[in-house]
Amino acid sequence: MEIMILQLSLFVLAIFLGIELITKVPPTLHTPLMSGTNAISGITLVGALVSAGAGDAHLLVRILGFLAVVLASINVVGGYLVTNRMLSMFKRKR
Amino acid sequence: MSIALVDLLYLLAAVLFVLGIKGLTRPKTAVRGNRLSALGMLLAVIVTLLDRNIVSYELIVAGILLGAVVGSLMAIRVQMTAMPQMVALLNGFGGGASLGVAASSYLLTLQAGGFASDPTGILGTFFIMITVLIGTVTLSGSLVAFAKLQQLISGKPIGFAGIKFVNAVLFLLSATLIAVLSVNADQTGLFWTLALAAAILGLTLVLPIGGADMPVVISLLNSYSGVAAAAAGFVMGNTVLIVAGSLVGASGLILTRIMCVAMNRSLANVLFGIMAEGGPTIDADDIYAGKVKSAQPEEIALLLENARRVVIVPGFGMAMSQAQHAVRELMNALEKRGTEVEFAIHPVAGRMPGHMNVLLAEAEVPYDKLVEMDRINPTFEQTDVAIVIGANDVTNPMARENKGSPIYGMPILNVDKAQTVVVIKRSLSPGFAGLPNPLFAMDNTLMVYGDGKKAVLDITAALEQ
Repeated sequence: MEIMILQLSLFVLAIFLGIELITKVPPTLHTPLMSGTNAISGITLVGALVSAGAGDAHLLVRILGFLAVVLASINVVGGYLVTNRMLSMFKRKR
Repeated sequence: MSIALVDLLYLLAAVLFVLGIKGLTRPKTAVRGNRLSALGMLLAVIVTLLDRNIVSYELIVAGILLGAVVGSLMAIRVQMTAMPQMVALLNGFGGGASLGVAASSYLLTLQAGGFASDPTGILGTFFIMITVLIGTVTLSGSLVAFAKLQQLISGKPIGFAGIKFVNAVLFLLSATLIAVLSVNADQTGLFWTLALAAAILGLTLVLPIGGADMPVVISLLNSYSGVAAAAAGFVMGNTVLIVAGSLVGASGLILTRIMCVAMNRSLANVLFGIMAEGGPTIDADDIYAGKVKSAQPEEIALLLENARRVVIVPGFGMAMSQAQHAVRELMNALEKRGTEVEFAIHPVAGRMPGHMNVLLAEAEVPYDKLVEMDRINPTFEQTDVAIVIGANDVTNPMARENKGSPIYGMPILNVDKAQTVVVIKRSLSPGFAGLPNPLFAMDNTLMVYGDGKKAVLDITAALEQ
């Protein structure tokens, strides 16, 4: 229970941090911001790895884990690469 | 690895995410920021692979490889005009991954002997169910948004009488199922019912939302995908998931708010498909009849020759006729003559927040030429020529002046204050709001009819002669 309260505190504080940070991002970068944070939300990959790697688990568990790994990997790799591609266009000038 | 070390490394990953987003606050540091964030992700994945009770690696390796190939192909091949679809799809995948994590975690706990009935156990189950709800709504809602943006289905609102009632029932059903499952977790039938109800809810929430409101929907689903990841973090007791997920959740919420303000709609209005009061219907002929003047590209070039300051106002129509590069060439031609050129960017000028900036950046327009609405509006009075290309509603003076108008109160670009306004457009057809635009009939407005790209190329050619 205490741990959950601690996690809840993290959650609330991180939201406030996020709001402070993101209000400073200029509108010019809002699309890369969205694809970049999208890649960050692929952090579910960490949870998916644990599900997919459980050895003696039920077949359905491992299938669900595998699907989660695939989807989260697309999210992470696709998100970071496309963000990088967009941001390089902003960097290149003059 | 000891638990303490693992948690410290997760903390480092979270710090890298924060620094990564901080890098995005300036174009110069943005690329490095994105790489820092990717480094954080790599760190979190490696730590997890080394630490957790992972005994079989086949599925993991296969899954990561498959995901990496698909993700890379998507990222390399996507056109900048199609970026909203891509982000919608990625949002959905993020939600789907959270759903997969929660569902497998649920089944694993059942297999291991069920859920504890103490408060911690109940809370743990509750978070699994919340993750299933948000993850599934994000997945199915994003797929609908993708289909609409990709024009696989009509962009018009799709619905039936009573769809709000259906949504309310589905939501109440989900809430009840979550409550029941939290204290009585081994009812697998109810668990899958919850997933099904959430999937339908995602469909019925997004189907009735029209194409013009898609920027809001994508931003909101972006937020959901983050919240789903954070909820999955509570399920796994994983701090980096909680922190990263809440950062993304906050980001999506802020963008949603910015989009709503830019369209003068409340979030509730968008979500429940309420358009502003229609007001008395305005006959387009009353506004346009006999007052609209058209001009040829050569005449516009003549006008531009004497201009000291020109502001270009792009809308999504510019991207649809692939005129970005032509517009940049016009900018170069003007600058060569010593004319000052800036771009006025309305927050909803594209199909997602910041979309127009990306489209112009791709055409190598320097980002410091792209000026946001609040900063450029006071300068229109000192502007000799404003060129509107492919934009309509965001320039409609009715939003400022006509209290009865459905778009009254929406912030617009005050192009009508410029000395001369040039509107490049195929016809006088209305934009998303379905309203006539009095800008087109003003004394200082000249219409250039035709394809955006061709018109801009003709003007540039005439200017360079």
